[in-house]
Formats: sequence, C-alpha cells, structure tokens
Amino acid sequence: MSARATGTPIAGRVGVALALSAWLTGAAAATHMVAVVSLDDDPRHDPRRLERGYPGHPRGPLLHAAQLGANDSEVGLRAAGQQLQVREATARDASDLPRLLQQLRNDKVTYWVLDLPAPLVTQAVQAAGSNAVLFNASATADALRGTGCAAQLFHTHPSQHMLQDALAQYLAARNWRNALVLQGPSAEDAALGESWQRAAKRYGVKVTATKPFKLSGDPRERDLANPRLLTTDRNHDVVAVMDADGEFARTLPYATQWPRPVVGANGLVPLAWHPQWERNGGPQVNRRFAKLADRHMTGQDWAAWVAVKTVASLLRDHAKATPVEQARLLRSGQVFVDGAKGPRLSYRAWDGQLRQPLFLSHVDGVVGTAPLDGVLHPTEVLDTLGVDEKETACKAKP
Amino acid sequence: MRSTPHRPSVFHPLALAAVLTGLLGSGAVAHAQTVYVSSEKDHKVFVFDANGKQTGAIDVCKRPRHMMFSPDKARLYVSCGDSNQLGVVDRSSAKMVDTVPLGDSPEIFDLSPDGKVAYVSIEDENVMAAYDLATKKPLFEVKTGGEPEGILVTRDGKFAYVTSEEANLVHLVDVAAKKVVKDIKVGNRPRRFAMSPDGKELWVTNELSANVSVLDTTTHQVKATIDFKIQGLRQADITPVGVVMTRDGKTAWVSLGKANHVAEVDMATKQVRRTVLAGKRAWGLALNKAESVLYVTNGLSDDMTLVDTRQGKAIRTVAAGRVPHTPVVLE
Repeated sequence: MSARATGTPIAGRVGVALALSAWLTGAAAATHMVAVVSLDDDPRHDPRRLERGYPGHPRGPLLHAAQLGANDSEVGLRAAGQQLQVREATARDASDLPRLLQQLRNDKVTYWVLDLPAPLVTQAVQAAGSNAVLFNASATADALRGTGCAAQLFHTHPSQHMLQDALAQYLAARNWRNALVLQGPSAEDAALGESWQRAAKRYGVKVTATKPFKLSGDPRERDLANPRLLTTDRNHDVVAVMDADGEFARTLPYATQWPRPVVGANGLVPLAWHPQWERNGGPQVNRRFAKLADRHMTGQDWAAWVAVKTVASLLRDHAKATPVEQARLLRSGQVFVDGAKGPRLSYRAWDGQLRQPLFLSHVDGVVGTAPLDGVLHPTEVLDTLGVDEKETACKAKP
Repeated sequence: MRSTPHRPSVFHPLALAAVLTGLLGSGAVAHAQTVYVSSEKDHKVFVFDANGKQTGAIDVCKRPRHMMFSPDKARLYVSCGDSNQLGVVDRSSAKMVDTVPLGDSPEIFDLSPDGKVAYVSIEDENVMAAYDLATKKPLFEVKTGGEPEGILVTRDGKFAYVTSEEANLVHLVDVAAKKVVKDIKVGNRPRRFAMSPDGKELWVTNELSANVSVLDTTTHQVKATIDFKIQGLRQADITPVGVVMTRDGKTAWVSLGKANHVAEVDMATKQVRRTVLAGKRAWGLALNKAESVLYVTNGLSDDMTLVDTRQGKAIRTVAAGRVPHTPVVLE
C-alpha cells in the first residue's frame, strides 16, 4: 500500500480548515500559496517504516504541520491584509517530479516547502529558479548547505552537523569524553559518522575505538551483530551508534556489555523537536498539532510548521517583495520567527540555514538543550551548532 | 528559607525585618501584609508574610497561574491551566470554596470593574472568553490570534486588550459588540500589559524582541519602544514578560525573564533607570502597598526575590514551590 492511502483523509480535513480560514479572512485579503512538495514513494514515508517510529525519523507527511503554520499565522496576516493557502503537491515518484514542479511554476506558487530526499531538493531548486522561495524541511545533508547550496533555498530542519554538534556539546558538558563508536555500513551511516567525528573533534570527545556493525543473525558474523560482543572494550563512557536506519540502534540501550549510555541514533538523541517539550509554548504547539494530525509532532513537522511561519513573517512586512528580494531579507538575518524553542529564530546569512536550539532527548523526554550553558561564540551562540560563517563552502547568494 | 549564593545582599533575618519596617515608612503602622504566590506544579497557592516567610499553603485547582482579588478583597481568584477552572479562594478561611469551569488551558484574566465578569485568555482555543462569576456561565467568546495571553479591561469596562503571542498583535475588543475592533501590531511574542494610572498609555512586554511597546490609548498606535540592555547579555537572553507600575505613574518595573533581572523604568522619559538581579526566569511581579518592596517570582529557580525598590537591590530570595507563577500582595 502506498502513502496515497493516508493522503485522502488528510486532504479532506485540510479542506475544511481552508474553507474556515477563507470565511474568517473575508475576500479582500491577498492570497499566497504554499505548496508542500513530497513523493508518494518516498522510502522515508513507507507505511511500515513510519510505524517503527525511530527517533529523529518522520512519522508522516508534513501537510498538517504546514497547515498548522498557516492556521497559527492567520490572524496576524489578516491584520496585514494577507492570507495563506496550503496545498498538497505530491509526485508519484522521482520521475514524476519535474511535471509537478512545472505545474507549481505555472500556477505561480511562490513558497515551496520541500519534503524530499536530498538529491531531489537540488532538482526542485533548479526548477524553481528565482520564481520561488524554497524551504527544505527534512533533508539533513550538509552538502545542501555547503557546495550544493542555493540562493533561493532555506533550511528549517537542522543539518546533520548541527545535530551531532548538539550531541557532542552535551557529552563535553557532562564530561563523558570517551566514546566507543559503532559504525553502520551504508552511505548514510558514513555521512552520519563524518558529522559525528567533526563534532567530537570540535568539542574534545575522544573516540576510543570505531567498530563496524551489521544487522545479521548469522552466527559466523556474531562479532558484528551482537551488542554485547561489540561493546566489550572497557575504557569508554558512552557508546555512540551511527545508524541512519535506526533498526540496529534500537537494539542497543541496556544491551551493552557494560552499563554505559547509548547515544546517537538511539538512547540520547539530538532532535529538532520533541512532543514532550514543555517550555516556551511547546505544549500549546504540540497540542494543536496532535489535534490536527492525530499523532505526535516530529522535527520534520516542526520544520514545515516553522517554514510556513517564516512565510507569514515575510508577508506581514514584505508582501510586495519579489522572491529574490524576500530571499535577501531572510539572509539578512532581520526576519524573525518564533519557533517555540526559546529565542526568536533567524536565518544564517552564509547558507540560509535557520539557526535554532536543539534538544537532547532520551526518546521519552528532553534532558538538555544545545547550545549548552558555557559554550561560547563571539557573536551568536546558536552558531556553535553546525557550519559557521568562516567554515562555509556555500557561494550562492540571492 | 533558602538563600542563593550568587545573589547579592542576603541579609540576616533580623536585619531584614528592620529594613522592611523602615521601608514601610516612619510612623506608619506596619499593616499585616500577605503575599500569595501561585505554584504551577504544586497545585497550591503559598502564603507569605511581608518578609517572605512562608505562613501557609492553600490547595487549589490544577496548575494555578494568574491571580486577582475580588473588588472587596474577600476572595482570591486563580486561573488553573490544567483543570480548566477559575478557583475561588475565600481569604478569611484560606480555602478554595468554589470553582468556575473555563475553556481549555486558561492563563491570564482580568475582571470587569464591578468584579462580576472574568475575561480569560484561553490559550488552546485561541479565544478571549467572558464568564459570569455569579452564575458560573460562559457569556461569550471572541476569536484571537494564536496563543492569547495578556488581558486588560479598561477602567470603564467597555474594552479589553488581549495579546496574541503567535500573531504579534494586541487586539482591542469591544466588550458590548463582542468583537475585535482593532489589531495593533507590536513586537515579537507580546505577553502582558500594564495601564498607566492616567489611562493614557498601555505598556506591552514583547518577550522575543527584548522590549516594551508603549501604546497610546487614544490613537492605538505604538508611541514609544523601550529597549532593554544588560551588560554581558545578548538581546536574545533578555525576554520581558511581567510589568507593574507605581500609583504615581512615574515608575514601571519590568521582569526580564531569561536575563534573570528586573528593570526599573522612568515612565516619563522611557529610560531604564537600573536593573536588579533576581532569580532564574523572572516573570511574575507585585508591589506592596507602600511600593517599597517588589516581589518577583522566578519560574526556573522555584523561588521569589524581594527587591528593595528604593535601594534597587535584592534583599532576599525565598523558596516558593515548583514553578511559581504570580505573586499578589494584600495588606
């Protein structure tokens, strides 16, 4: 069964919300379109995979979150004579995506919230040209913020470097400085491992050993697959598991040879959002989302929600600006958005990444927020997470 | 009682009593003064004397937040965010004697001048709701922007101001017409209000802009913005929430949240006179009758700081339950 099956009831409910917003705002307001761009056959949204609910992974499509962003912005936009309409834009598969993107251009949809795998984000950037402002709400690849960055592309979901920096800051603050690393075999695992190594070096966390793991029941590969055999080394404070998939990492907590916390893909996990965040208006956002979507809000949902809220911030003060001018405004750092994570948030001038606090979660709740107390930065402490101005490889500017 | 090492001027209790007596004014009889503090995670209102010594605790509804006295001061109303009620505390017996059912997650409220109607911000439903306190019946609702919070009813009872934290707006609600008649754009995440004693200025704290917007109540335009700066802190660390004013209309006190300070502002010049260190996430504020002591509730250090308003110094900090929300003073 494809993700389409879950698409129909969503569309129905969103339709009701749209009708309601049209009734409340009246006819005079200028209407702006936001499209949530996704793929029907996105492996990240495979129904069986969604069911697993691995930490940091999506739990469903981002349409509800985008709609919540529009609902939350409605009254503020009404005062400015503007309104937002969220529309679902789903391609059957990667080969169908060009048709869909052309359709969005033809329909003059100015705001694209992308829920696409990293290579397809680049495809959307090319299709949009300078006619839209794009928000990447789920791809964590740092390359999209570096050599593959784009003038009109913004990132509301944190990058992998940001997430791993958050984790390393926490370990350093706890003085848990020796990590045994279990490294997965896939290309995604390797990228995760690179981000981890960069962060560990930055914050002085020592890797005592790196061991490859493999999902396997084969007794001849026991040393690669058995959590106890993988964790017999004595001199480590934590076991850091680099598992982009999540299945192996789930088997680790409380299953190691020594009583050591698991961090990374399970155990202590860096996240963009958590359904149990109880400060800064978090409970209200989580409750509103749960009411609309019948599930918990994930980091990807948060990123889509905050993308639409960014659009609302732009429309409130700069509705007449062109997409290129709006991208310049976002890159200027003077457009602010309230992400319910404490400080007001703004976009980095050098790569269009939304700077934001991140949560350290033990899956059941939030134990810490990064940047950790005591981490310093000459101008903006949120820029201790991820790629700072001096390190950026991004050349594109709006 | 607990004192915290990083805070200045922790006095010996006897010395403190002497100071406080002095502050109350020479010759003036030191009125019996009671400070009530709602504690969100204890479901209690704690009772303190003027010096910050806890004298009792009153069991109330779940997650008590904002509090106000009835006009005759015989009752204390407390909004309860988790049990969706307005608790009615009888002061003489120090017991919650009644509750009024409210909408989902009520936060701040204000009373009509005659004390008969409560106007409540209902956070989860994005409305300002009005309730008749005698019949305990809802009267009407007005839709607001996301996460409504601060509410202030004008002295003639004809209008109410409501902040929307999500929409960055102050709504002006015509109470008789039961609708929003004006949206006033203010800073980021507007929280709470204070009205100048002459009724000409409405002050709104903007939590994420590190400032206060001052609205002219005749034109409903922002006529001034007061920025807060503290040496060594960045703008993002200054998050104003609470605001109270002295009766002479000369001084306002603003709590700066994450900056752990309160600021004293000259209302005429709109200049910050000084800032005083309180506890972690200073939000709730109340002045005693002599306006000599400012009580500051610190939501993240679970305590209350007593500030000597003339010296501009914290006198003492006392434990105040888990997540203290609002202090109110009666004497």
